[in-house]
Amino acid sequence: MTASYTERVDSRPLSWVEEKLFMGQTFSQYARSLVTPFNAVAAVIVLVGLAVAVMRFTQGLAATTNLSDTYPWGLWIGFDVMTGVALAAGGYTLATTVYIFKLDEYRPIVRPAVLTGLLGYFFVVIGLCFDLGRPWRLPFPIIGYFGVTSVMFLVGWHVFLYLTCQFVEFSPAVFEWLGWKRFRAWAVRIALGATIFGVMLSTLHQSALGALFLLAPTKLHPLWYSPLIPINFFISSIFAGISMVIVESTLSHKVFTNQVGGPEHKEKLDKLTVGLAKAASTVMFTYFGIRLIGVMHSDAYGLLGTPLGLWFLLEVVGFVLIPSFVFVYAARRRMMRLIRITAAVTVLGVILNRVDVSMIAFNWQEPVRYFPAWSEFAVTLTIIMLFLLLFRWIVNRMPVLYDHPDFEAE
Amino acid sequence: MADMAGCDCNCTPGPPTLSRRGFFRAAAALGGAVALGSVAGTKNALAVEDFDGRPDRFGMLTDMTKCVGCRMCEQACAKANNLPTPPSDPAVMDTPRRPSAQAFTVVNKYTNPADGKPVFRKVQCMHCDEPACASACLVGALKKSPEGPVVYNEDICIGCRYCMIACPFGTLSYDYTSALTPAVRKCIMCYSKIKQEGGMPACASACPPKATIFGKRSELLKAAQQRIMQEPGKYVDQIFGQSEAGGTGWLYLSAVPFDKTGFKTDVGKTPYPEYTKNFLLAVPMVLMMWPAALTGINAIIRRRDKGSEATGKTEPHEEGRR
Repeated sequence: MTASYTERVDSRPLSWVEEKLFMGQTFSQYARSLVTPFNAVAAVIVLVGLAVAVMRFTQGLAATTNLSDTYPWGLWIGFDVMTGVALAAGGYTLATTVYIFKLDEYRPIVRPAVLTGLLGYFFVVIGLCFDLGRPWRLPFPIIGYFGVTSVMFLVGWHVFLYLTCQFVEFSPAVFEWLGWKRFRAWAVRIALGATIFGVMLSTLHQSALGALFLLAPTKLHPLWYSPLIPINFFISSIFAGISMVIVESTLSHKVFTNQVGGPEHKEKLDKLTVGLAKAASTVMFTYFGIRLIGVMHSDAYGLLGTPLGLWFLLEVVGFVLIPSFVFVYAARRRMMRLIRITAAVTVLGVILNRVDVSMIAFNWQEPVRYFPAWSEFAVTLTIIMLFLLLFRWIVNRMPVLYDHPDFEAE
Repeated sequence: MADMAGCDCNCTPGPPTLSRRGFFRAAAALGGAVALGSVAGTKNALAVEDFDGRPDRFGMLTDMTKCVGCRMCEQACAKANNLPTPPSDPAVMDTPRRPSAQAFTVVNKYTNPADGKPVFRKVQCMHCDEPACASACLVGALKKSPEGPVVYNEDICIGCRYCMIACPFGTLSYDYTSALTPAVRKCIMCYSKIKQEGGMPACASACPPKATIFGKRSELLKAAQQRIMQEPGKYVDQIFGQSEAGGTGWLYLSAVPFDKTGFKTDVGKTPYPEYTKNFLLAVPMVLMMWPAALTGINAIIRRRDKGSEATGKTEPHEEGRR
């Protein structure tokens, strides 16, 4: 296989495919660069996931999940959809910061946040396709079957519209990569409108995911059920988004070192991270207060001493109140490592909340509890892996972490 | 999109930064789009509230004091709906079962705490007057029919199963074993039978002691009240379904308190669509007010930035946030 090397040495001009898709390498060079331990693990996970997909669509949900008539929603909805949407909130959070609050210094981290959001929502829909009984009917609520009294109808429309918005928001990066200047100029213009629309849509469907559970007052544990649950979901999505931006930018700076600038850039990012930590802290403290009001409203103090009550305290104190204080503490002292760890803890806390509402605190009085099947975990893991692979594929090719030299900033 | 047409400025496409005009224009366009959505939203929220409660709608009455646990209703139901024949062993009644994709109605056995005798309870869809499932369905596959039964249209169901999350009685089932054509399975009160003159649901026709009877809900309710009045010592003074979850099409009479025989007595009396109504009404409000609020915030920030630039401060954003 040295032949390909000599070809390269010939200094033949790169073909379009080699330049755009193989990152300036020949096919065999590119193929060889893909053989890494990470990719090997990824390949195994994705292959298992594909096998489960085949099982799902040949033998049904019964063969691949532990779902039942009592537990119609499991890991694929509770984690892939509920948590996926919350963790994809960085896109709208930062878009608001930069375009509406005009905090321009955050502009460099908008694009990766929007990409995280776009891919997050995309894979939410992929996850949904595993879970829906007949996923090919997914467009039905859009094309003419309107269940307008349903919160789910709202969620469906908003996810569809917001996915479109995010694609438009991100499209300038795609056109810069392709070098299509006219399209790029055009896309930049509508991207701003899409961003504003996206902020409105996000407010509503983040809260709508919580509002879904308003219909289950007897099934959701009183410490989690509250008429305020839509507000809880919305507010927690804000700090979920902010924390995800911190986590994502931290990882990006470790993984894509060749794409980010030197120490000066790192210092800039640290400054933004401190700002994000302060913002997250304020929102989290507010959120803690609202959760407390929820407990008062439900008059559910008596349940705090039960096992689920302690679990509740772990969620709202251990994963919200304490991290909110740690954020402030670390931000004041510029303890970057602590801020980043706290961001990861906060993300875990939001995951915990969504999993609690949709699975652990749901059907709390039922004697038989749901636990996901191995195949459900396999699909979830596959979706996370596909997210990472696609994120890496795009970041390696398109101007996401850096400004494209041929184009002026938006 | 009337707002768009109303914009008569011959505006050239804005510069790549978000100009204030651009912002207002976008907000105005959104306002138009959203206004349409909000009209639809309001109308539909009212549609939920405006359940006309047709007085001649059908219902069912199960008098548990008459039920002998013969499970003829289970068999008749299975036959009418092409379901597997129920197991003949009466022992299946000992552990509480719920309706499933293979059995739209089941009879469970309980013990009367007063005299230790068995009590039987037939379970199936309650056919709520304002069904949680129908209000939850994003494509309108579940509907309260004018005749009374809550009916299901398999041809448009996408299988999200939110109806099953919503149903407070836990009577909806899903056919998880089907790979490509799974569907929600439930009692539809033998809808096609009762639409014909003199027709009645299979379970009611099959019931030897006439424990389960079919008729107009209003008349069944009166009959139930009469039975309680005539024999007050025999019955608990409650008709389950009269106002539970806003009222159900299926009514129950019992000699044993309902919470002793597995009834969901915690469902409350509020019609379930009420629980999401406020949220659905808030949606158009948020959509209408967000553009104004966000535009306002944006305008204030711009003005402040401009002011501080004029006074020579180079980093306007640094101020006030530290």
